[in-house]
Amino acid sequence: MTLLSIDWFFIIEKVLLISGVLVLSLVVAMYSTWGERKVAAWIQDRLGPNRAGFMGLLQPLADGGKLFFKEEIIPTNANRFLFVLGPSIAMLVACMTSAVIPWGDTLVIAGRPVSLQIADVNIGILFIFGVVSMGVYGIMIGGWASNNKYSLLASVRAASQIISYELPMGLALIALLMLTGSLSLKDIVEQQRHGLWNVVYQPLGFFIFLVCAFAECNRAPFDLPEAENELNGGYHLEYSSMKLGFFLFAEYINMFISSALIATMYFGGYAFPYMDKLGLDPNMVTILGFVALFLKTLFFIFFFMWVRWTVPRFRYDQLMRLGWKIMIPLALVNMLITGALVLARQH
Amino acid sequence: MQALTNRAKAVDRRPMTLAEKMYIPAIAKGMGITFKHLFQKKATVSFPEKTRDFSPVFRGLHVLNRDEEGRERCTACGLCAVACPAEAITMEAAERKEGEENLYREEKYAAKYEINMLRCIFCGFCEEACPKDAVYMSETFAPANYQRKGFIYGKDDLLIPHPKEGK
Repeated sequence: MTLLSIDWFFIIEKVLLISGVLVLSLVVAMYSTWGERKVAAWIQDRLGPNRAGFMGLLQPLADGGKLFFKEEIIPTNANRFLFVLGPSIAMLVACMTSAVIPWGDTLVIAGRPVSLQIADVNIGILFIFGVVSMGVYGIMIGGWASNNKYSLLASVRAASQIISYELPMGLALIALLMLTGSLSLKDIVEQQRHGLWNVVYQPLGFFIFLVCAFAECNRAPFDLPEAENELNGGYHLEYSSMKLGFFLFAEYINMFISSALIATMYFGGYAFPYMDKLGLDPNMVTILGFVALFLKTLFFIFFFMWVRWTVPRFRYDQLMRLGWKIMIPLALVNMLITGALVLARQH
Repeated sequence: MQALTNRAKAVDRRPMTLAEKMYIPAIAKGMGITFKHLFQKKATVSFPEKTRDFSPVFRGLHVLNRDEEGRERCTACGLCAVACPAEAITMEAAERKEGEENLYREEKYAAKYEINMLRCIFCGFCEEACPKDAVYMSETFAPANYQRKGFIYGKDDLLIPHPKEGK
């Protein structure tokens, strides 16, 4: 069906896919808040939310409803436009990264191959890096527009933390890229599908990436920008209602996306062992692959929570020392070793 | 100083070894502990649905007792009010009239009997002081109300139901 020389099937397919991925990440983020509270409770020998619906499953809806009906306060001296822009950027950026993650292989629907990846750009990882770094703007603008020195200080700390940890994260990824030779996430997954998972080749790189992902998501033990129990909130101190909700929600989406990324880059993405030897229908294999990726992602989300409720928060100087004096040298060493091995294998 | 338990440990102030400085083993150990706690018995009691068992000497809200025929036992002697360290109990005595023998056991009875549950410290001295076995402490506890005056319990709140009339 081509009309006005536009492939309408393509448009419909992509629109459906985008909506699907968006809804998926929102729902997962929503239920991460529930999961977070449940995991926290279980680790502390409590029950967690169990009043709203079965097992408290309606709790996220209740929380969201509450946030929507809260009074919306914009401080008198705040810059109104930027004040609204801050959480919007945070949310937008959080939702954008999911575009290049391959959620599954290709489905064949009515003779048409439909890739379960919104955009297989050949610079996938670079795209993610660029978009994720834009998330700092949400935090900085939000903190600055509040016209509150504490918000500003917190946002400066958040920004310096995120920038500090982006460096080792990038260096860890460079090592991975030397190995795969491609920036496209789809290629990376396909390579892992036919070989071993990247975590086998890059255990140190994976570890550095994991730690940096914690810092990038402002999650414990690197949650100093928020430190809700001692700072009464950080850069979002002046925010209320759904604008606060957006900041918090963006964080959970980020957690979901980072988990999906870790699973994609180091744990085979949608590939699972023996997936090509089952002799199943290709569509079935694709669906199973999506389920596999989803399970891996859920595991990492759980891991994020597990760490949060185990490890106490770092002090700010410890955070910076770890970032600059340990993580970056480690990542550099990892990169050098990988480079040397890759070279040695070529000759 | 003698330790209260035998679990006290002296603080190790030696400088950290390399393995300790890496944190990772300690974090792994900690995560093992938290993982174990995921499956441990929960300390929470889902209160309104489940209640914990009381000790047999639990002291909850008071009740005013009746005898086997449903007559009020209290004679307004005031011993409970005297015994009360929080001065939560007040009463007014009245004389039993002709024809009220089925209501009050003795010639004197409490026309008004009030316990301020906000003052009460639930020590149980009133129960001990009562010579007529009229005041008892039940297993009901944690009353709720919108106003302070709702916590001043009068006779209609305190008296147990009549054994025959059910009131």
